[in-house]
Amino acid sequence: MDHLIGALIGAPLLGAGILLVGGRRLDRVGHWIGCLLAAVSFGIGAALFADMLGKPTDQRTLTSHLYSWVPVGGFRADVAFQLDQLSMTFVLLITGVGTLIHIYSIGYMAHDENRRRFFGYLNLFLAAMLLLVLADNYLLLYVGWEGVGLASYLLIGFWQHKPSAATAAKKAFIVNRVGDMGLSIAIMVLFTTYGTFSFGPVFAHATGASQAKLTVIGLLLLLGACGKSAQVPLQSWLGDAMEGPTPVSALIHAATMVTAGVYLVTRSGAIFNAAPTAQLAVCVVGAVTLMFGAIVGCAKDDIKKALAGSTMSQIGYMMLAAGLGPIGYVFAIMHLVTHGFFKAGLFLGAGSVMHGMNDEVDMRKYGGLRRYMPITYVTFGLGYLAIIGFPGLSGYWSKDKIIEAAFAKGGTEGWILGGVALLGAGITAYYMTRVMVLTFFGEERWEPAPDPDKTPGVEPGIEVHPGELPHPHESPRSMTIPMVILAFGSVFAGGLFSINSAFLKWLEPVTGHSEGHSPVSTWEVTAATLVVLVVGGALAWAQYGRRPVPVTAPRGSLVTRAARRDLLQDDFNHIVLVRGGEHLTRSLVYLDHSLVDGAVNGTAASVGGLSARLRQVQNGYVRSYAVSMLGGTAVLVAATLLMRAV
Amino acid sequence: MNTYVPILVLGALAAGFAIFSVDMARRTGPKRYNRAKLDAYECGIEPTPQPAGGGRFPIKYYLTAMLFIVFDIEIVFLYPWAVSFDALGLFGLVEMLLFVLTVFVAYAYVWRRGGLEWD
Amino acid sequence: MTGTIHSLWTTAADSATPLDKIPTPKIEYAQLSPVLIVFGAAVLGILVEALLPRRSRYIAQLGVSVTGLAAAFAAIVALAADGYASAKSHIAAMGAVAVDGPALFLQGTIVLVALVAAFTFAERRLDPLAHGRRVDSFAAQGSTVPGSEQEKRAVRAGFTTTEVFPLLLFAVGGMMIFPAANDLLTLFVSLEVFSLPLYLLCALARRHRLLSQEAAVKYFLLGAFSSAILLFGVALLYGYAGTISYGGIADVISGTAKMTPALANTTANDSLLLIGGAMVVVGLLFKVAAVPFHMWTPDVYQGAPTPVTGFMAAATKVAAFGALLRLLYVVLPGIRWDWRPVMWGVAIATMVIGAIIAVTQTDVKRLLAYSSIAHAGFILAGVIALSPDGVSSVLFYLAAYSFVTLGAFAVVTLVRDAGGEATHLSRWAGLGRRSPLVAAVFAVFLLAFAGIPLTSGFAGKFAVFKAAAQGGAVPLVIIGVISSAIAAFFYIRVIVLMFFSEPQPGGPSVAVPSALTSTAIAAGVAVTLALGVAPQYFLDLAGKASVFVR
Repeated sequence: MDHLIGALIGAPLLGAGILLVGGRRLDRVGHWIGCLLAAVSFGIGAALFADMLGKPTDQRTLTSHLYSWVPVGGFRADVAFQLDQLSMTFVLLITGVGTLIHIYSIGYMAHDENRRRFFGYLNLFLAAMLLLVLADNYLLLYVGWEGVGLASYLLIGFWQHKPSAATAAKKAFIVNRVGDMGLSIAIMVLFTTYGTFSFGPVFAHATGASQAKLTVIGLLLLLGACGKSAQVPLQSWLGDAMEGPTPVSALIHAATMVTAGVYLVTRSGAIFNAAPTAQLAVCVVGAVTLMFGAIVGCAKDDIKKALAGSTMSQIGYMMLAAGLGPIGYVFAIMHLVTHGFFKAGLFLGAGSVMHGMNDEVDMRKYGGLRRYMPITYVTFGLGYLAIIGFPGLSGYWSKDKIIEAAFAKGGTEGWILGGVALLGAGITAYYMTRVMVLTFFGEERWEPAPDPDKTPGVEPGIEVHPGELPHPHESPRSMTIPMVILAFGSVFAGGLFSINSAFLKWLEPVTGHSEGHSPVSTWEVTAATLVVLVVGGALAWAQYGRRPVPVTAPRGSLVTRAARRDLLQDDFNHIVLVRGGEHLTRSLVYLDHSLVDGAVNGTAASVGGLSARLRQVQNGYVRSYAVSMLGGTAVLVAATLLMRAV
Repeated sequence: MNTYVPILVLGALAAGFAIFSVDMARRTGPKRYNRAKLDAYECGIEPTPQPAGGGRFPIKYYLTAMLFIVFDIEIVFLYPWAVSFDALGLFGLVEMLLFVLTVFVAYAYVWRRGGLEWD
Repeated sequence: MTGTIHSLWTTAADSATPLDKIPTPKIEYAQLSPVLIVFGAAVLGILVEALLPRRSRYIAQLGVSVTGLAAAFAAIVALAADGYASAKSHIAAMGAVAVDGPALFLQGTIVLVALVAAFTFAERRLDPLAHGRRVDSFAAQGSTVPGSEQEKRAVRAGFTTTEVFPLLLFAVGGMMIFPAANDLLTLFVSLEVFSLPLYLLCALARRHRLLSQEAAVKYFLLGAFSSAILLFGVALLYGYAGTISYGGIADVISGTAKMTPALANTTANDSLLLIGGAMVVVGLLFKVAAVPFHMWTPDVYQGAPTPVTGFMAAATKVAAFGALLRLLYVVLPGIRWDWRPVMWGVAIATMVIGAIIAVTQTDVKRLLAYSSIAHAGFILAGVIALSPDGVSSVLFYLAAYSFVTLGAFAVVTLVRDAGGEATHLSRWAGLGRRSPLVAAVFAVFLLAFAGIPLTSGFAGKFAVFKAAAQGGAVPLVIIGVISSAIAAFFYIRVIVLMFFSEPQPGGPSVAVPSALTSTAIAAGVAVTLALGVAPQYFLDLAGKASVFVR
């Protein structure tokens, strides 16, 4: 079975190769090739999963050594894969949700002339993401890490003719670079500490390193995770990334890629367990991001950006859980999977709405759509119930556990983290209810479609009739079926996982698990969660459901305005980093010109001058050559004699 | 080192005398030049008239001279072999034949390519 | 009568013990077969010149040369496989020639270089047709005065100097003995055997004949001068040791030899040893073009026909460094504290001056000449290490460098304008735009010269510097690295010129070579990349071949 692991990655990689190299002649079949290979990958993943289930718990890890990539002396980097329960979970999520979104994209991108290229990039993303989760060493993981970064960049900027998309792609790439730098330095420190990149030996000897080194490695890994998973302080790119096509937002920027940071922290659990300081930092980052994303999500009028804020916040939950150590790893991953279902479903629903509304993204110009798009309404609604943690649905099972685990951390930290998580659940209910109400309920606030020639922000290929009111309609079958399947996942996944603690037992051999000592009982937490949930939902209903919603957003309070500007994150970055960086580079350039270039040019000039002078000796006269030889011989003989004398 | 002192002294004396003579001749001697005095010295005979434009000897002189040297050296090797012919036996004979053969290869080359034709 | 002569003879030799017989020398033909094959092929080449009609000579000569060289290489491989490179290595031909690892490795390198060089010698597609006939890079008739009526007549008659092939073979034969020579006279004789054909070859360029002849005369005069110095050194060493055999001299230096009573006055006089040793080394340093004996190099490299320059730059360096290695490792290790500091100085001067002067060169061939000087300095750094690692690194470097050089000069023959090869650097501007393949190949060679990783140059430089550093010559290595950086500047400058400058209008064109030069260039690229990507196998090979027999 182990050689199938290569095929798992190979199928989408092959697809990317065929679609990107094949060129225009594949335009008519390209999307089918892309879907087929994604499905093949899912099929292989399912087969491996079945095989794994048939084995006893302690023999479930599969390894596959492809070849030694860079064997140089003591330095060894292998292309080798490891498929254990954690990786398996990701493989199923990635290929499963990935395949659904491939199918959805057939309809969504039907009018785009570059659909083949789009599917090529999607396949490339699948291959890179699978490589990331299947690598058995940090170096190969890094390759996958950079690969998903590349795919993300290409897909955010897929409509690069829109300046906003091109800028967003650049922004995502640059912000991720900061995180990647952290990860790469972490890997280097790891190697110097343990002498290997491989997970097995590193984790086996994790506690062998000094506390300081472990903390440094942990913090650097966290920096990497922050970049990829859009955690504070590297969160600013995610909102802008919504410029990409909606399936991309669903697959990459909600369900899979952005959770890579959580995977990294969970995978490196052995290191974090040994470095409590770093672990606490993970918790803090998770908690801060949780609140940050939730607040931003409350203020956004753009449906995709509101969902992006929500993604950020939910990943904050996962990060928080992962930072709790063995108490939380399993629940972090469980929430990651359930979130993968309902958030992908929500994004697909948002895409469907946009599809029917002339690509309008402002929720204030929606309203009352439940009558026109019933399937979207139902699936989106189920996703909504799941994310707010409505009892019985997926989100309820996973989020509740995280809140419990946060309290179980114990001490003041436990109370603070648990409180934040609980409050976050309330805010989640508020902003998600707001999205739901603004979109599907209330009166119809539709506006005529903008003129695509004048507004560059419109996705191409979609039939827009300037000046006409939109005619909302249900989306084609290829789009609704994936939404329905995902809705099933949103409803039942969490429950299935929790029957008999199935998910816990499945993942525990890899991540380890401990119960912790919660100062509050389970039913108390559940009750408190339900209370904040109802309060949050009711507030939103009171604000948006009972009163008419103005089409243009009111000025709002200072906090609202700040939240609309993503809590001033870009302003912060601009003032502190960009301006500061500019000053730094300017002074560096000055130094470079005056000192370094001066020295370099000076050296070059003096070498050149010396060269020109030495050339004079080469005058072409054989007699002077002979004299130089004679002199040289004399000097050599004299020097040899002198060596004996001294 | 003492054994070398007389040689060094002799050398210094000789050099000193040479420099002294040349210098004194230049200082004291009358300077009355004529054509014969300014001519190149070629062992007392009339200098060979040089062809215009740089002056080159025909290459044949060199070829003949080199051929002479080649065969001369061949003889130098043949002579000791002849003296010890009995001692060296068959080995010596074969080696010598090979040696003569290679010289004759060169001879054949010169001959066939017209190196022996004077004009 | 005979009796008198006989008594005179014996009296002159030694009055005490009458000489009864000259001992029959023992010659190991099988172990000398590589050299003998090459010389045999050369003699055959002369016969071809003498006996075959003019029109069939070219093919016959090419066939004889290639076959002879290939057979010689096969013989070398057979000897090495038979264990003569390691266990069975010994001194053949009555103490004159060593058959051991370094000798066989270097001979193999020289023969392969010569084989590739023979292809460039035979190239007849580059020059435009002369009166309807394809011509090579060599003068129609060497003896005609440049620009004279005879010359025109020779060109019109379609003469070609096919003698270059036997000359090449004679030079190769001499070069093969040079690093294997195990006594000072064999050293000197082999030096002359390979030098004289080279002087002639240098004079035989078809174009710019005056420049070519000037180069040959310079090379000859300075070469004769250096030979004289070497011979003088040989005489002094004989005076010191009473023997010319390498092993014998080494024994005297270490004090383990029996003194010859007749030479008691001079034997073991250390001044003779030091002066003599230094002078012999000078003779070899001239051949490797080390500073300050390098002055001939640029003039000769520029003037000589480019195929000859390529061969000379590659093979001479291999042979001369081989001889230098053997001299320093077998004869003079006992006085290493005397010569090592001096060689340090030479190596430093060679690296630095070679690299610095190259910066302002404007002619490709002169540039490569100075580059070869700088490389001589790098190799010297490995020679000085005086360790098995030093030997193997130098062997590897020589093999790597010779193919890069050969390939680079072969590329130079391709870039031509109406006046023949366009060697001025300004003419190469924008070559990458017009002939990307040729420019890319040349760039590969330049990167190898500069020692960029994944080329053989990097592996070689790394090995040499590592050996030098382990031998305690860290300052030398630092200076070497700095010189490499300076050198890299002008290699990269040429690459920039080729790829990032606008092509000149009416610039040179790149001639399309026949399979011969293409093969030579391809071989150069292949070896450069093979030794760069997977150097370990060849380093191991050189490591196995790094023990000198004594």
